[in-house]
Parts: sequence; structure tokens; C-alpha cells
Amino acid sequence: MKLSLKRKIYMFTLKAMMYISIILTTVLVVFLIGYVFYKGLPNISWKLISTSPSFLSDEVGILPDILNTLYIVITTVIIVVPLAVGAAVYLHEYASNKKIVAMIEYASQTLSAIPSIIYGLVGMLCFCQFFKLDTSILAGSLTLVMMSLPTVMQTTLESLKTVDDAYRQGSYALGAGKWYMIRTVVLPNCLDGIFTGVILAIGRILGESAALLFTAGFAHVINGYFTGLFSAGSSLTVALYVYAKIEGKFKESYAIAAILMILTLLINLLIDKIVDLFKRKQVKEKESGR
Amino acid sequence: MLFLFTGLITVGFVLVITAYLFISGLPAIKEIGIKEFLLGKRWASSASQPSYGILPFILTSIYGTAGAIALGVPIGFFTAVYLSKFADKRVKSLMQKAVGVLAGIPSVVYGLIGMLVLVPTVRKVFNLSDGSSLFAAIIILAIMILPSIIKVSITALDSVPEEYEQGSLALGATKIETVFKVSVPTARSGIAAAVVLAIGRAIGEAMAVMMVSGNASSNMPTLFGSVRFLTTAIASEMAYSSGLQRQALFSIALVLYFFILLINAVLNLILKREHH
Repeated sequence: MKLSLKRKIYMFTLKAMMYISIILTTVLVVFLIGYVFYKGLPNISWKLISTSPSFLSDEVGILPDILNTLYIVITTVIIVVPLAVGAAVYLHEYASNKKIVAMIEYASQTLSAIPSIIYGLVGMLCFCQFFKLDTSILAGSLTLVMMSLPTVMQTTLESLKTVDDAYRQGSYALGAGKWYMIRTVVLPNCLDGIFTGVILAIGRILGESAALLFTAGFAHVINGYFTGLFSAGSSLTVALYVYAKIEGKFKESYAIAAILMILTLLINLLIDKIVDLFKRKQVKEKESGR
Repeated sequence: MLFLFTGLITVGFVLVITAYLFISGLPAIKEIGIKEFLLGKRWASSASQPSYGILPFILTSIYGTAGAIALGVPIGFFTAVYLSKFADKRVKSLMQKAVGVLAGIPSVVYGLIGMLVLVPTVRKVFNLSDGSSLFAAIIILAIMILPSIIKVSITALDSVPEEYEQGSLALGATKIETVFKVSVPTARSGIAAAVVLAIGRAIGEAMAVMMVSGNASSNMPTLFGSVRFLTTAIASEMAYSSGLQRQALFSIALVLYFFILLINAVLNLILKREHH
């Protein structure tokens, strides 16, 4: 088959664009991960991750920031899971009014579109000032609850949709009430969806900085969980920002960046594994069903 | 009953956010005057004769987003087309994972690399006194929106029915012609959604941009000048502001919120049209 010159040029141009783009994307990913590790890993030391910053010797320790990040993740997840799962169960199992369903879905979509700096502002006005929590881990976590709610709700909803209706009917046929049915049959079957949502949310929480700047603050003090909850504390991301932009401590910043990068990779790996497991389970169920 | 409550909590959050932004954002706009505020070219919040014009911030946000889209969308689009239609399965799945990582990298890490690698490079290449500029911000934003463009476009391209493509191939079109003249037009609303989503991401990004854009408050934006975005305007003065200056920051947030709602409405329109 002979192609006209015009067609050949058209195809060549598009092919070239695709190759350039895919190469650029690949180089970008490899460079970003590689460079952060190259600059950051050598600067991670036991001393860095096991001490608090010292003003006397002007040395940086990030243990308080690691703890604060952990506290923020735990607190946010504990609060967001019941709310998000409840919302998803309502939407899928109870809601009969289409208008309310549409409203909730629109609201959840809006929430996921709002930039984190706006969450930070509203969190500051609402939790820090109105509820008088001041700048604290709890105020930061509550702000992140608003932010991560749509994520967990959406994945839970997806997995509720995959629970076979036969299970529900079987449960009813055995005389179970609706709430009992949901608790014992439906929810255990969508644990993987809830879990995926939680991991995704943790990923977002770990990477978040703008929403925490004015709600959780900058302090680098080691606290126990319950004291920490009500005092200000800087997350790893906020610490990275302060050390890089304000204090000019680049080595430590790269070390924190490398730690964040490792966490990002871990989270992505975990999500892949869950999604794989999930798919395999679905295939198995289909096979055994037929 | 309890479930109705948890169901409505998303709606409650949106209402709370909207209410707070209006209540705290409107007073300053009233006092400054909406025209002065939106179209004023000078922001000097801590001067003895303060002036609160946010036109430079609005323009910076629009230019920055437009630049990031102009740069990021073609790269993301062609990458997605290649991965969806030409790459073999293993390459596709590996690259999708890589793109997932790109999406998960915290914005402060992008900011750090931008600040310590990109900004000095920009300074050297273009022979500037300082590389922190709108240009550097555009590049960082373009990189940060790549994953959402690639992911959403791949989903759209993957769902094009195979029969369409087979029909085109059977009529003698080559694979490339088929993909770009049949598959891409079929997936266009999904790809449009990807672009709109990316616009939202870019206009809302604060930390990474803060670290590379220089943050000078008084300039009208120029490509290689130090600039301030709507988001960074809020972040950079929040810590120490008070009185009218602080209220004006809430007003900036309100303006940003309007942009986001507008973008969200457009996104909804596209998605709705797709369903019909």
C-alpha cells in the first residue's frame, strides 16, 4: 500500500510527538525520584531522625515532626473513616430521594476540587478560632478530615456497589434486619474498598502542607499523643518548607524530601497490591458463581 | 437517621466552607470597594497608605495556569495516547505506576527541587539576576498537573469501543490515523475533563509555587519577573496580618473559591454531556 506524502508527514509528526512526550515523562519521573534520593539519602542519619532540633548547636532533628505527622494521620483516619463509611452506606443502602443523592455527590465533588490553602483558612477560622482549639494537631487533623472525606467515601461507595445483591436478599430471607445485614454482610465484604480509601487518604495527608500551615503550626516539640493533640506541631512537609524556604537548611530539607519520597513509593506500592488482590477476589467470585 | 446525618455531612462541610468564606471575605471587599479590589493594580498592604488591588495576583494565577496547561496538556495527552493505544501491556502498567508516584509526590518536594534545581537553571539559561519567576512556576505547575491529565485521558481512551477502531482500520486507515481521527475524537469529552481538572489543580496549588515564584507583591506579572499568585498571596501574609489586611486575605480566598466553583461547574457540564 502506498501512502501519499501528506499522510506520511502527518503520521511522522504525531509519532514524533508521542515519542518525545513519553520520553519526557519517563525522564521526569526517573530524575525526580533519583535526584531526591541522591541528595537526600546520604543526609538521613540516626541522629537526624531520633532527636529534636537544638538551638544551641544549631542542629536539626526531625523526631518531633515524624511524631506529629503520625499523630495527624492517626487522628484524621480515626475521625474520617466512620463519617465516610456512614455517608457511603447512606448513599448506597438507605437513600431513596434522588435529589439528596445528587446533592451529596455534588458536594463531595466540590470538596475534592477545593484547594488545600482554602481548607487551611477555613480550618483556622472554624477549628482554631471558633471552636477555640488554637493552633493544634487536632485542629489540623479536623481540617484534613474535611479534605479527605470525599476520597474515602468514594472508594467505599465503589466497593459497596460490587457487593452482590444476592447476599443482601439472602440475609433478609434469614430474617436479618437492615442494620444487622449491613453490619454483618455488606460491610465485611467491602473492607478492601474502605482500606483503599484509607491508604489514599493517608497518602494525601502525608503530602499535605498548605492546609496545615495555619491550623497545626510550626512547633518542633516532642509530645505524647494526648498532649500533642492539643498543642501546635509541625508535620514533615511543613518542616521541609520551613527548613528550605525560611532557614535555608538544604541538606536537612533533602533528607526530609527523601523520607517523604520513600513514604510515597510505599503508599503507591500498597495501593497496587490492594487493587490486585481486589481484582483477583472478584474474578474468583465470578468463577465460583458460575 | 444517623446515616442520613453522615450522608449529609459532605453537604454540611461545603456549606460551612462557603459560609465562612463569604462572612469573612465580604467585609473587606465592601470597605475597599469591589472595583478597587478586583481591578486595582497595586497591593501594598503594610504601607502607611495601604492599597489593596489584587489584579496582579488574578492575572498571575491566570497566566500561570494557562502556561502550565499549554505546556503540560500536549505532553500529557501524547503520553496518554501512546500508553493507551501503542505501548505493550507491561510498559503501560509500569508507566501507570510511575505516573501514580508522580501524583503522590508532596508539593513541598516539588517546591524544593524547583527552588534548588529549576530556579538556578532558569537564572543561568536566561541570564537573570534571580530565577524565581512566573516562568519557573509555570514549569513546576506543568509537571504537577501531568499525572491527572495522563490518568484521566488514559481512562477515556481505554473506553473507546474497539469496533470503531477496527472499522477505521478495515477502511484502510493506518493505526496512527485511526487513533488520532477516530479514538481521540470519541474520547474527547474525557480528555476535556482531564484538562479542566488540571486547570483546577494548577490554580489551587500554593506551596510549590510559593517556593519558586519569587513572591514580589507589587508587580504586574511578567514572564521572568518575581510574581505572586492568589494562593501565595494568602499564604505569605496570613501569619502576621491583622485588621483590614487580614480581612483582605479572606477576600482573596473568596475570589479563588469563585474560580474553583466556576471550573467545577464547567467540569460538571462536560461530564453531564458525556452521559447523554
